[in-house]
Amino acid sequence: MSNPRPRQAVLAVRGKHVTKVNDVVIKIATVNGTGSASANGLLRKSIFRMGVPVVGKNYFPSNIQGLPTWYEIRVTGDGYSSRADRVDVMVAMNAQTYARDMADVVPGGWLIYDSTWPRSGLLNRDDITIIGIPLSRMCNEHFEGARSRILMKNIAYVGAIVALLDVDLDVVTQLLEETFAAKKHLVDANMEAIRLGYDFARENFPCPLPVRVEKMDKTKGHIVIDGNTAAGLGAMYAGATVGAWYPITPSTSLMDAFRNFCAKYRVDPETGKRTYAIIQAEDELAAIGMVLGASWAGARSFTPTSGPGISLMSEFIGFAYYAEIPAMIYNVQRVGPSTGMPTRTQQCDLISCAYASHGDTRHVLLFPGDPAECFSMSPVGFDLAERLQTPVMMLTDLDIGMNDWMVPELEWDDAYVPDRGKVLGAEELEKIDKFYRYLDVDGDGIPYRTLPGVHPKGAYFTRGSGHTKLGAYTEDSAEYQEVLDRLLVKWETARKLVPEAEIRYSKFNKAAILTIGSGDGACKEALDRLQQQKVGLNYCRVKAFPFTDAVRDFIDKHEVVYVVEQNRDAQLRTLLINDIDADQRKLVPLLHYNGMPLHAGFVVERVLEEIAKGQAA
Amino acid sequence: MTYIAKPKVSHPSLRKNELGLTKRDYEGAVSTLCAGCGHDSVTAAIIQAVFELNIEPHMMAKMSGIGCSSKTPAYFVSQAHGFNSVHGRMPSVTTGANAANRELTYIGVSGDGDSLSIGVGQFVHAIRRNLNMCYIIENNGVYGLTKGQFSASADIGSKPKKGLANQQEPIDPASTALSLGATYIARSFSGDKEQLVPLIKGALMHRGFALVDVISPCVTFNDHEGSTKSYSHTREFYHHVTNIDYIQPSEEIRASYEAGEAMPVELHGGEVIVLRKVDNQYDPTSRASAFGYLRDRFNAGEITTGLLYVNEHREEMHELMGNVDTPLAKLPYEGLNPGSAGLKQIQARYR
Repeated sequence: MSNPRPRQAVLAVRGKHVTKVNDVVIKIATVNGTGSASANGLLRKSIFRMGVPVVGKNYFPSNIQGLPTWYEIRVTGDGYSSRADRVDVMVAMNAQTYARDMADVVPGGWLIYDSTWPRSGLLNRDDITIIGIPLSRMCNEHFEGARSRILMKNIAYVGAIVALLDVDLDVVTQLLEETFAAKKHLVDANMEAIRLGYDFARENFPCPLPVRVEKMDKTKGHIVIDGNTAAGLGAMYAGATVGAWYPITPSTSLMDAFRNFCAKYRVDPETGKRTYAIIQAEDELAAIGMVLGASWAGARSFTPTSGPGISLMSEFIGFAYYAEIPAMIYNVQRVGPSTGMPTRTQQCDLISCAYASHGDTRHVLLFPGDPAECFSMSPVGFDLAERLQTPVMMLTDLDIGMNDWMVPELEWDDAYVPDRGKVLGAEELEKIDKFYRYLDVDGDGIPYRTLPGVHPKGAYFTRGSGHTKLGAYTEDSAEYQEVLDRLLVKWETARKLVPEAEIRYSKFNKAAILTIGSGDGACKEALDRLQQQKVGLNYCRVKAFPFTDAVRDFIDKHEVVYVVEQNRDAQLRTLLINDIDADQRKLVPLLHYNGMPLHAGFVVERVLEEIAKGQAA
Repeated sequence: MTYIAKPKVSHPSLRKNELGLTKRDYEGAVSTLCAGCGHDSVTAAIIQAVFELNIEPHMMAKMSGIGCSSKTPAYFVSQAHGFNSVHGRMPSVTTGANAANRELTYIGVSGDGDSLSIGVGQFVHAIRRNLNMCYIIENNGVYGLTKGQFSASADIGSKPKKGLANQQEPIDPASTALSLGATYIARSFSGDKEQLVPLIKGALMHRGFALVDVISPCVTFNDHEGSTKSYSHTREFYHHVTNIDYIQPSEEIRASYEAGEAMPVELHGGEVIVLRKVDNQYDPTSRASAFGYLRDRFNAGEITTGLLYVNEHREEMHELMGNVDTPLAKLPYEGLNPGSAGLKQIQARYR
């Protein structure tokens, strides 16, 4: 193989550079289906291993091959968890999006491109530095086969970035050795590709750039994980034995994770038999039907889905509310309405989940703020579903579910015992005279239930039609209303059992930010930035619906509450007004709903705008 | 008289089964269906079948969707849990319940609207999974509760009480099930209890998906002149292709059957169903010939009844998934995760 020296690239430094250490945003533009994900992951993980906090965001198309996709690595020594609102270093590997990728770079930033092909017509910014590296040519010279050349081109740009940003090459090497522990030849090939990019950059450009990475000690005790993996793991730890689902972006990887964990930890080593059932249903209607059947028969059961799935499940969700059957539903929200943008993020199903189904229904919702909470709230969700005998929906979103978040290591309390709720066993049934399914014996609105196959006295007829507190069919007004009113008692019990909101309060602040789920990171970063501008705000992140008394008190104590959420119609604000009668004049909606994850810059800008408006008025 | 509570008294001379229970112990609430409804005869056949099979009432689960047929689980075996779900979705609920507890005997009662229109997707996929259940379709060709619209099983040319005759091709649940790989397919008539009871018994004891399609006339909306699902039409055109006897393991099996006429089929629990063929050409173990036969007889205007197809060799849902024998709902929690130590190991790859 010939190995001519690459021609000398000319680096014309343009724009006013700022020296920044461990505060850099790298965005990599590629074509989907070219295997760039593992290369990008290698870079992200290498920086994390250097002890520097990172955020990984994937902006990908609803497509298998050929459309533009981006991966963004935010290196954040301050440990912020949301996406950045700028790009310092763009790796423009996709000719389709070259022009707009270049436009995205901050003045004084850098653009790396594959200089195998001339791009002179496109190099039209004079305030950024363009770095050309002949990636394709080098890889074509060093690797055989089209697929291998494409894959190694990705690894080669990682090599260049390693040199340009001063990422520790030893860490990269070690990661590759771990990844391909069983395949030595792959370690060698990948290292060769790394060195192609690395050496070319070192030989032709002043390395490192003024923005660079430096070892820290801020990732100890942390992991980088996505929410779907964490939720799948949480479902296994909660003791789920039946999972039913219909594949839908962006929830699919949740069941994949559950399946992978179960394949390892839920197979009898002697017989090879499984202690879990995963059923791929024909649609979401069937998936939720299976969950209800399994829960009714006594198994911990769940389904992962996204907005369109909730629409299809709604009839059954109402049934479960009225017939009082536990169900755990994960809704990894994506952009609606309708098919919307399946690979973009939003918090747009708050109302459709809170009141899913016809008739008077309301459902317990959980709102984790990051993957760690997807894990820790999973057993909470299963416990609440069985304690309250009702569907519980955990609402995450694509940003939490599919992006890479640095979170504290997950912890598990071995003393955990599942709360299976009020279930009468054979001995208890033997002792009682007669069992009635919907009696409020304890005054908390939660009746006792029985499982089939336990005792003849436990038998009852589960129905979605009008029923009395004894469980019998009825069309009598008073008997019907008695049960419907008792469900409201149960709702108030739920209010006391759901996870408490996260609250930061100082009596000196008269205004506050209130947010939900994945808004957490951007809002906390915004609080810091606003504080630097002498704008002090309190903070509340709700973690569940119904809203707790603490949320009500929090709103009461403030003159203005900026409700930050990721949908067009201020759905969280509507729920606050509806559920706890919050004063709507205080609740100022700050709405971000373009499909990209929320960032701090948006929150800061909108809060300052609202303050200015208030002062003008 | 449906508002009157059913008295719970039984005559001491009533025959008892091996569990010491009488047929009264397998009854349920008083039916609220129309007088003369075919469904009530099916309910009576179910009661007789489970009584004779000595099934413990609380080890049964009665599943249904919405419609006249779906009301009937309230009318039998009141000591069993019942699940009257939403329209057309009984198969999914049964799939989940069975996934959680494989020890119960599942009987689903559905109708032609519930299974062949709104729920046709779930019906089809429960068959593909070979869900271990007895699935009864009380088939009358009309929607009763909404007053007489055609269902998807109405035959071409069948006349409604008012309006035009049906012009759309009917869905035949038996041949549909055959094409999808159901492992026990029977058809009968609510007015032929002698044939129906052993077919239900075989279906209950079969391991896998057992369909019993029962022509069950609607006396109010589809029992008139010109209807192809009326009592008189069914009596005139239905014919037995097989008759079956159901023999429990404890019973003595007759030494011999005349070749070509009778065919014993052993079920997984050791029970035997003896098929007595009325038509010697018929082979109920061949999907292809059963399919052709059903089609030919259908084209000739006949209603073929009996055990139409049986296959005792295909694995049911749990076996296909490789699940443990213990019902998943009964597994102790302790074994279901690797604890805090395991969690540490799992997280190594996320560092």
